[in-house]
Amino acid sequence: MAQSNTRQNPAFYAVISVLVIMAIGPVLLMFVNSFKLDVDIISGSSGLVFLPTIQNYEKALCDVLWYQPDHVDFCSLKFGGAFINSLIIALISTILTLVIGCMAAYALVRFRFMGRDTVSMSTLMVRMVPPAVLLVPVFGLWNNEFCLDKDGLIGGAIREMVGGRGDVCLAGTHSGIILIYVAMNLPFVIWILQSFIVQVPRSLEEAARVDGAGPFQVFFKVVLPLIKPGLAAAAIFTFRIAWNEYLLASALSDRDTKTVPILIVNNMSEFNVEWGVIMATGMLLAIPPIIFTLFASRQIITGMTAGAVKG
Amino acid sequence: MRRSVANRLTPYMFLAPAAVIMAIALLYPLGYMIWGSFRDWNPSQTIGEAEFVGLKNYVTLWNDPNFHESLGVTLKFAFFVVSFEMVIGVGLALLLDRDIRGMSVLRTLFILPMMIAPVVVGLMWRYMYHPTVGTFNRFLEDIGLPSVDWLGQHALMSIIIADIWQWTPFIFILSLAALQSLPSSALEAARIDGATGWQQIVHIKLPLMMPVLIVTALLRLIDAFKVLEVILVMTQGGPGLSTEILALRISRTATEFRELGVAAAMSNYLLMLLLLLTVAMFAFNRLQEIRAARTRAAAEEGV
Repeated sequence: MAQSNTRQNPAFYAVISVLVIMAIGPVLLMFVNSFKLDVDIISGSSGLVFLPTIQNYEKALCDVLWYQPDHVDFCSLKFGGAFINSLIIALISTILTLVIGCMAAYALVRFRFMGRDTVSMSTLMVRMVPPAVLLVPVFGLWNNEFCLDKDGLIGGAIREMVGGRGDVCLAGTHSGIILIYVAMNLPFVIWILQSFIVQVPRSLEEAARVDGAGPFQVFFKVVLPLIKPGLAAAAIFTFRIAWNEYLLASALSDRDTKTVPILIVNNMSEFNVEWGVIMATGMLLAIPPIIFTLFASRQIITGMTAGAVKG
Repeated sequence: MRRSVANRLTPYMFLAPAAVIMAIALLYPLGYMIWGSFRDWNPSQTIGEAEFVGLKNYVTLWNDPNFHESLGVTLKFAFFVVSFEMVIGVGLALLLDRDIRGMSVLRTLFILPMMIAPVVVGLMWRYMYHPTVGTFNRFLEDIGLPSVDWLGQHALMSIIIADIWQWTPFIFILSLAALQSLPSSALEAARIDGATGWQQIVHIKLPLMMPVLIVTALLRLIDAFKVLEVILVMTQGGPGLSTEILALRISRTATEFRELGVAAAMSNYLLMLLLLLTVAMFAFNRLQEIRAARTRAAAEEGV
């Protein structure tokens, strides 16, 4: 180890530092700019000489702050609400995907009534489908077909309670967005978890079964604790997609269920972009994935290689 | 007796939730889309009310110059993105495949770009490409060069660069993993026979990595057709149609022009294209495997 370190020449380290700067430079730039006033960003006193301010963050989070910042007259950017929507949608869809995907992966590995090739093939096929392709049918279905009729029993009861235009549809609800995220992520999660479940020794499960555990007990008490690394990898990937996705969320959400990416895109399409605030919102959106990356990069890399190399 | 029935039903019970959800929210929508692509359908109608027009949507698209342009942009984008990323990613993996202290830190920093939301990536690059306040033009100005109209004249190149920034690490990580799992015996034998570093790479490392590289390229290619948010935020498909890739065009046709039938037909074209690519890559992969097995057998015989 020490020997190989002395052999590397300085040029090699120079290359590595350039790569690192290229990889994280834009993120750092955004981080720094989110603490600058728009005047500073535009005037171009480039460099690190500026007075850091949290005004941008105050402006972005004005609807959840407990105090009223002086510089915000009107709270136009409802970032706090969108952040909570994003959190609800991403967390619930991650949990659902994991539970359902885990069970399916276990069945596929242990009971061998269907070839693994079929699953890997169909996983790849589903992975192939771009979200943009799902946009049209999901928009149509969620708005028209997946509705509880106003004449029906449950739909009627909901209408009595909440009011509304009559039919109660999936579109515009958290559950509508969650459903499509779960479906989109399931194939990938099943595929990753399979490769972990295969490694669980069968004898352990049989021992538990001899001790009188039913299939569900074996699954929850024996198998699940053993595939924690796989679960972590799958959870991060699912969360990342649900947290970052824009297109389907924008088609399915209404005013109250907007997620953060929608908010950012809406504010970017204006002609005069308020760079400071928009960078602050971007930074807030990027923080959860950054935290995951810093603390669980090993799981992420495992998941990535398991998903690709064996796929 | 009852227990054995329960046991036989177990796998189905474990599978049922996944199957139901995927049937409702994935397969049914896809079928619905194919059905809808034969109809003159706008968002205010249910699919039953929409008029059946047969293949009209497909024919319209087939003759639509805007669609051709969009398809061309998509193919160009996917081709350049995948080839640059493969070359740079594999190159870096070959370069950095040695004992470096802090390699895990390095890998962590490299995967950061792909974990961040595409919307945010688009935002960062749109700022850096900004004609007056952007980082790049400021830098060019500082060293006395004329500024470049990044998101105007060179929009396609600019979005390709942004995508390369975000996704090269993916190729890098996967090819590094492949490199480190190569059999050391083959490399040692080559070293003893006096192969130079370059010869080792060309004749041993790359051929042995090939199956993984092909799968990686395939995955990246598929994902390149999905890129939408980054471009939406950076250029909104413009100027003109110069960066309007198919995914973006589908979403605009559906939401702005309100022609769901045409959008569905376009989605179908995109799906067919992807299917074709997937099958082609699969076939190529198989072929490569067979050839690799044959060479290995021949090599063993030779020894």
